[in-house]
Amino acid sequence: MIPAFLRPMMKTHRLVMLAIALIVVGACAYYLDWSWVPTYWNSGLILEGLWTTIWLLVLSWAIGLFLAVWLGLAQAAGPWWLALPAKGYCSVIRGTPLLLQLWMLYYGLGSLFPQFPWIRHSELWPILRQAWPYAALTLTLSFAGYEGEVMRGAFLGVPHGQLECARAFGMSRFTILRRIWLPQAIQRALPTLGGETVLQLKATPLVATISVIDIYQVSDRIRHDTFIVYEPLILLALVYMAITGIIVLIFRGLERRLPSKVA
Amino acid sequence: MKTKLLALAAVAAMSLGTVATAAALKVGVAAEPYPPFTVPDASGKWSGWEVDILDAICADQKLDCVITPTAWDGIIPALTGGQIDLILSSMSITDARKKVIDFSDKYYETPASLATAKDATFGITADALAGKVIGVETSSTNEAYARKFFAAKSTIKVYPTADEATQDLAAGRVDAVVGDEMALQGFLATDQGKACCKQTVLPYDKETLGDGIGAGFRKSDTALRDQFNKGIADIRANGTYDTISKKYFDFNIYGE
Amino acid sequence: MLDAITTLFAPGHALGLLALSPPGWGGTLVTGLIATMEIAFGAYAVGLAIGICGAFGKLYGGEVTRDLFALYTTVVRAVPELVEILFLYYAVPSIVNEILLNAGFGRIAMPPLLVGTIVLGVVLGAYMTEVLRGAILAVPHGQIEAARAYGMSSLLLARRITFPQMMSNAIPGMANLWLNCTKDTALLAVIGFSELTLNTKQAAGTTKAYFLFFVAAMVIYMCISMISGRFFAVLERWARRGQRKIERGGI
Repeated sequence: MIPAFLRPMMKTHRLVMLAIALIVVGACAYYLDWSWVPTYWNSGLILEGLWTTIWLLVLSWAIGLFLAVWLGLAQAAGPWWLALPAKGYCSVIRGTPLLLQLWMLYYGLGSLFPQFPWIRHSELWPILRQAWPYAALTLTLSFAGYEGEVMRGAFLGVPHGQLECARAFGMSRFTILRRIWLPQAIQRALPTLGGETVLQLKATPLVATISVIDIYQVSDRIRHDTFIVYEPLILLALVYMAITGIIVLIFRGLERRLPSKVA
Repeated sequence: MKTKLLALAAVAAMSLGTVATAAALKVGVAAEPYPPFTVPDASGKWSGWEVDILDAICADQKLDCVITPTAWDGIIPALTGGQIDLILSSMSITDARKKVIDFSDKYYETPASLATAKDATFGITADALAGKVIGVETSSTNEAYARKFFAAKSTIKVYPTADEATQDLAAGRVDAVVGDEMALQGFLATDQGKACCKQTVLPYDKETLGDGIGAGFRKSDTALRDQFNKGIADIRANGTYDTISKKYFDFNIYGE
Repeated sequence: MLDAITTLFAPGHALGLLALSPPGWGGTLVTGLIATMEIAFGAYAVGLAIGICGAFGKLYGGEVTRDLFALYTTVVRAVPELVEILFLYYAVPSIVNEILLNAGFGRIAMPPLLVGTIVLGVVLGAYMTEVLRGAILAVPHGQIEAARAYGMSSLLLARRITFPQMMSNAIPGMANLWLNCTKDTALLAVIGFSELTLNTKQAAGTTKAYFLFFVAAMVIYMCISMISGRFFAVLERWARRGQRKIERGGI
């Protein structure tokens, strides 16, 4: 009678927990103050913040992963003069807090600007004077550092026979990378990448500290405007949980589309 | 491993114990350099006009006050949540804040003003600032002021602390900063401030800027608030206030 | 040599601002470092305690326990640490005080150090639960069955069989979590807690030497991570003693 996906819920304690959850949600909706939501929704602020968070995530993910492939490759197969700097880079990124890296790039570099007045007249100034390029850059470099390490492991994990076989077919080194090595490495890294993507999402709110208007800063502003402390934070937590859920679903779909058996 | 955990538990218990016995008043101060009011020095101590005033009031009322640096943007929840017992951080007395916390009488007042680069030629009206980027400290009266008068035509950039806003003014990333006149003066007195910037006082707006600057209290702590008011009155009456102020300012900071 | 170094840190010289005693700000950084390490150790201990309970609860607990721990680990790992820290930092003391006031007691002051430690510990506990759970699952089942057949009690089994064998599986994950823990203390800077990152920013803000102080703090964090890396490498070698080494491609 009961559809299959609901069957795990049909246990007494789970039903009780579900009931408690519904009561909690109901109580939250009823007793807490949500009167501010329409105001900020209509002003477009919530959507604007959400959009910033998402494009920062997507941009830093894509470019970061591209860089990570090279960082991983340099460490897995490169000559020492490539492997060593790549390893050093990954260690520095992984060894220092992202918040510090962000402040270093934004305020640290910014504090040097007055000494070089020509920067303000350069072509790059319209970009340099905004906050989002620093946010995007820091997030990208950070993701590249963490994923460089993951990709190194993934490259090393591809069975040697596969590469030997490709070589025996007379493939060039680049073709081997493109057709054999990289696809299998990505496939191996995919479960880890899913988790790392969630971590990257959770790193994005730090950009609010350098005046980027992401969803976190929007909730900050609502808290200050209205002096309501918890409700905006609850909504914020729900938004992040929803995005996390979407990321998990996307990666589950990706993993299912790729053949699951690795030789 | 076991001994290590025991040692950690002991440390935790000790730190709990010391706190339970001390009944010092925890005074929340924004954890940022805000010259000349609250400035951390290299030895980790806080100094400045506001710190001296606090010490004078606490000495007068025989209170044991400890400065507790707190993030500015969470200073009101920290008060209502009980992490700190009062706020003394150049907070303006506004109607919006009065709905959530209580204020002492004012202990100084400052207009808002607009800091710009030295060579800036634009004025201080909304039209003059059209298309410019204006930096403000988050959750401040100056943010409210900037949003009310400038948001329609300029871009408002919000920073966690005033220090970061002025830092970006020096870097040239914002064209102007709306801040407390006295605090901006503190910034302009630094080497960096001298080199880069100037300020112009903005017309006063009571709705956003409030009535002077007061200490913040939980609504339930009326006794403490009254005690503090008495302390302010006392040091005003016995000249301590003026002696302290003369060290920092060459004009009357209390206002009318 | 020593003289040259001393001059380097003298007021007015290249690194004068980093001197340990005022007017240098090195002392402030050291104070911050101590606070950071205190929180990191405390939070790690709390996280480990929660993680052990969570892992055993998830594996051997009843259905309700299991679901509750699943809920905890899922929620905590899906929300940014910054948001959790902010939420717990304001919510925990005010809830505690609310209860105390309603019960007729006075307000208690919860020291920020304690709140910060607990908050980070609770966040860390969720990850620790997963690491330890995975490590326990990786202990060959035959080992546990054999121990049961010998008539070992559950406690003895945990102490003599499960724990020693899971350690080698758990240590890499635990090392990662330790590094995350030391770095996550930086998030407390956003709520105004005087640890290394915030002290760095204060020093930078006051002296306007942003670059110098940020680089100095990065070097300190790098030292922490390198020293911990060494420590965990030694620990892992110890935990893997007696295990056969698997050469690459030797399977």
